[in-house]
Amino acid sequence: MTFFEGKNMYAGYGATMILNGCSISVDRGKITVIVGPNGAGKSTAMKALFGMLPLSRGSVTFDGKDIVHLRPEQRVMLGMAYVPQTSNVFPSMTVLENLEMGGFIRIDDLSSTIAEIFDLFPILKTKQGQAAGELSGGQRQQVAVARALMTQPKILMLDEPTAGVSPIVMDELFDRIIDIAKMGVAIVMVEQNAKQALQIADRGFVLVQGENKFTDTGSSLLGNSEVRKAFLGG
Amino acid sequence: MKLWNQKSNKKVFLLFALMSGALLIVGFFQSWNLMLAILNLCLISAVMSLGVNLQWGYAGLFNAGIMGFAALGGLAAMLVTKAPVIGAWHAGGFGILLGMFILVVSAILAYFVWVRLEGRGKKRYWYVIFIVVIGYIISRFVLGPAIISIESFEPSSSGYLGGAGLPVLLSWFVGGLLAALVAFFIGRITLGLRSDYLAIATLGISEIVIFIFKNEDWLTRGVKNVTGIPRPVPYEIELQSSIWFQNLSEYIGIGVIQASSLFVKLCYTSLFLSVLLILLWLCEKALNSPWGRMMRAIRDNETAASAMGKDVTSRHLQIFVIGSAIVGIAGAMLVTLDGQFNPTIYHPLRFTFLIWVMVIVGGSGNNFGAILGGFVVWFFWIEAEIIGNALVQILTLPLSDSSSLKEHFLNTAPQLRLLIMGLVLLLFLRFAPRGVIPEKTLRKLSE
Amino acid sequence: MIDYINAITLLANYIIVPSLAYGSQLALGALGITMVYAVLRFSNFAHGEIMSFGTMISIFIIWLFQSIGISINPLPTALLALPFSITATIILLLILDKTVFRYYQQQRVQPVTFMIVSVGVMFFLAGFIRFLIGTSKKNFDDGERFIVKASQFKQMTGLAEGLSIRTTQAITVIVTILLVIFIFWFLNKTRTGKSMRAFSDNEDLALLSGINPERVIIITWILVGVLASVAGTLYGLDKGYKPFVYLQLVLPIFAAAIVGGVGNPIGAVAGGYIIAFSEAFITFAYKRFLTYLLPKEWAPEGLVQILSTEYKFAISFVLLVIVLLVRPTGLFRGKTL
Ligand SMILES: Nc1ncnc2c1ncn2[C@@H]1O[C@H](COP(=O)(O)OP(=O)(O)OP(=O)(O)O)[C@@H](O)[C@H]1O
Ligand SMILES: [Mg+2]
Repeated sequence: MTFFEGKNMYAGYGATMILNGCSISVDRGKITVIVGPNGAGKSTAMKALFGMLPLSRGSVTFDGKDIVHLRPEQRVMLGMAYVPQTSNVFPSMTVLENLEMGGFIRIDDLSSTIAEIFDLFPILKTKQGQAAGELSGGQRQQVAVARALMTQPKILMLDEPTAGVSPIVMDELFDRIIDIAKMGVAIVMVEQNAKQALQIADRGFVLVQGENKFTDTGSSLLGNSEVRKAFLGG
Repeated sequence: MKLWNQKSNKKVFLLFALMSGALLIVGFFQSWNLMLAILNLCLISAVMSLGVNLQWGYAGLFNAGIMGFAALGGLAAMLVTKAPVIGAWHAGGFGILLGMFILVVSAILAYFVWVRLEGRGKKRYWYVIFIVVIGYIISRFVLGPAIISIESFEPSSSGYLGGAGLPVLLSWFVGGLLAALVAFFIGRITLGLRSDYLAIATLGISEIVIFIFKNEDWLTRGVKNVTGIPRPVPYEIELQSSIWFQNLSEYIGIGVIQASSLFVKLCYTSLFLSVLLILLWLCEKALNSPWGRMMRAIRDNETAASAMGKDVTSRHLQIFVIGSAIVGIAGAMLVTLDGQFNPTIYHPLRFTFLIWVMVIVGGSGNNFGAILGGFVVWFFWIEAEIIGNALVQILTLPLSDSSSLKEHFLNTAPQLRLLIMGLVLLLFLRFAPRGVIPEKTLRKLSE
Repeated sequence: MIDYINAITLLANYIIVPSLAYGSQLALGALGITMVYAVLRFSNFAHGEIMSFGTMISIFIIWLFQSIGISINPLPTALLALPFSITATIILLLILDKTVFRYYQQQRVQPVTFMIVSVGVMFFLAGFIRFLIGTSKKNFDDGERFIVKASQFKQMTGLAEGLSIRTTQAITVIVTILLVIFIFWFLNKTRTGKSMRAFSDNEDLALLSGINPERVIIITWILVGVLASVAGTLYGLDKGYKPFVYLQLVLPIFAAAIVGGVGNPIGAVAGGYIIAFSEAFITFAYKRFLTYLLPKEWAPEGLVQILSTEYKFAISFVLLVIVLLVRPTGLFRGKTL
């Protein structure tokens, strides 16, 4: 049974529907990647999965439970975490404070989690006293991911974590994401760099105009000539 | 007017009829004199709220400096109509002119330097500050003695330069022009600001204008007031002594003194009403012209409008100037009605925020709404005193008549009008944010 | 040498001491305005009236204490009344939040709309306060009036210039320092304070982190209540309480907040002192000061005053306008807590 699944989702902003029956799923410790052209509704699908956008139809289940009625904060409590595509850090607060805020709902001691995160992203340890807004784009994305990890989530949702990041840093970030998945965290990730992302994906979804165009394992999508031609640039 | 449908026409008519009814009640039960006094100020308020509606309702500009423009209009009314004080001109007129000339020259110089040094960083600021400061210091040397000699010329009766001694009705135009001129400069420098900063900046600048009026006695007599400003209508005394008027009052059957006072007020009413109707006609024309539609399109979506190549700032400047001019006209009318210019009356509460309440309660974006708002809010501003008093009487019923607490609250009861206004504004914002007569929905059409 | 000391004493007496006190009052006011701006994102025109409300409650409590003979001579009774007026102001703000502000916050209305709402609140409070306490001036600075009197100082030092420090001035500065330290400690060191800063930084992300917006807003109003009632009471203690002055005070306070960088607490405090000191320096008559410093022949004849004292208030508006035009983000680049 899949660990986390949004099934047949319909949602939109106001009267305009963006999602027209799209489905996304992920298993424990696995990586799911969503790709698609700009404006396909990838970010919208993430928001819908996280309860920041009401569904007009469809369901979202987490560990077998229906969670459609839960507010985003309540989903955080359940063990979900989300890194938005834009403004995903607290710019005037230090890196350390960003992490503390990430773990705001936890009442226990945060120091061991912070230590783990510093092991994962060593650069953040050296920059912990600096305001997140002053960091480079790549460092800021690391802060964003690290912030989301502070709740020790069972599922981590990332909206374009490598946006505006150099290829080297991107590879490193992907490595970290694989590390995180290995700890048993399910990962749902939207990516512009479709080729590299699908290489590490256990499952891939190609979204077009709010609908699933292709769904398969990452490697078979990479092998699918239709997908290659239309979405991966040959 | 074509946009109007039968139903909303009826509603507007009904509301204005109700308003007239309320005024008539005051006439019958309190006094006709009071009723006309209220009506005249209602008309002036309506003109002001028409001007503010232009800025806020059409263009979404929050001008919190209304009191400054009203004061400018008032100043114009005084300067145009009062006779010049020849002695004061002899004493210091030249010095004042020279000093002003120096200030203007340094301002122009500063402006040129500002434009010329575009993109030269910090240097630009320092040069401009330097020029302004030097100009100011030199002008002080000339102005200082001139001001002293003007202000010591018959200080108890004049002590200022006086005015131009021109006809009163002209002063209303000049009031509008002066307000427009100042609005142009204020608009040039502030209209790029975010909406709430714009409010604070205009409020600040207006306060500065009024500070100057209060303190530059050679120009305004400061807090000593200028009284006896000429009228566009006959004086009561003249009427009372003229035969035709005595006959008229006898014919109607009221005392000649009361009749004269009513007659004078009615003259004002007809003048003010004409101004209001002309302005209303112009505003309606403007609102339904391509210009007005574009204004509202800009208001509703500034980014889209500027993306379409509309020059948002210059449009805003136009409407800011026009709206302020209308407020200036109203300010001049007010001083004419009062017969005196007193710079201390221009409190932001009364001359900025109250006008805001008028526009919002009446219906921002709708000229008829703004006018109705001017009437209703002014009416209640005056009558709230009675309501407040009655309220206190009821609330303090258990207290004995001699109780000092009761006496205190009866004394402070007039302050309840502020409380009532606040409550009215808050209730409208919450439950009827579009006002009594809402805007014809251009918004819906464009969506 | 003695001339220099005299000149400095003169400045201290007429500029430094009064401006430190007035600057502290502005700083506390600006801090309140800045907090509302940072968390609720609007310019609160009602802030002056909130300060006035706190002062009014202080006065009522002082009258009560005086009538039953409670005092802390030589200190003013106002210090004893402060906890009560703080509590009352907080209650007022929480009621206003529940009945008025919350609705617009949830609707996420434009800042202008929010600002007009605050004008409504300003009207309401102004009427309410003036109805309750009247419009006449009330002095409530009981206790010892001076710490150092000018004449005492002259006697002690043998200088020609005196230096007087009023009790209220000293109390104002001390209370302000303590309160500002507390606020900064709260914002930077406590979990709740940090969550406020997070909310101010990025509201959506704060929600995603499980920060409860309602709690943040309530705490903000509580801090604003503390700041406003203390600022108002200190101002009234120093200068006497006149209800309508608090309406005028809003502009210098806005000026302080904006000059420092609205939304930035450090900027608000600095802005308060900048406004107060510029007002004093620009309207000070330097004649005596220069007479001490310059050789006799050069001694100035006029007052040597940049602007006459009547323009004191206007200076803050001028500064406000200049900063808005030249550097709208303020000296300290404000935006968030
Ligand atoms: N807050 C919003 N209100 C209204 N429409 C929105 C909003 N956010 C997104 N949209 C619209 O929804 C559609 C899908 O947007 P979405 O952000 O989901 O695309 P995306 O697939 O994430 O694109 P990208 O790759 O550029 O991030 C777009 O047409 C966009 O204009
Ligand atoms: Mg996206």
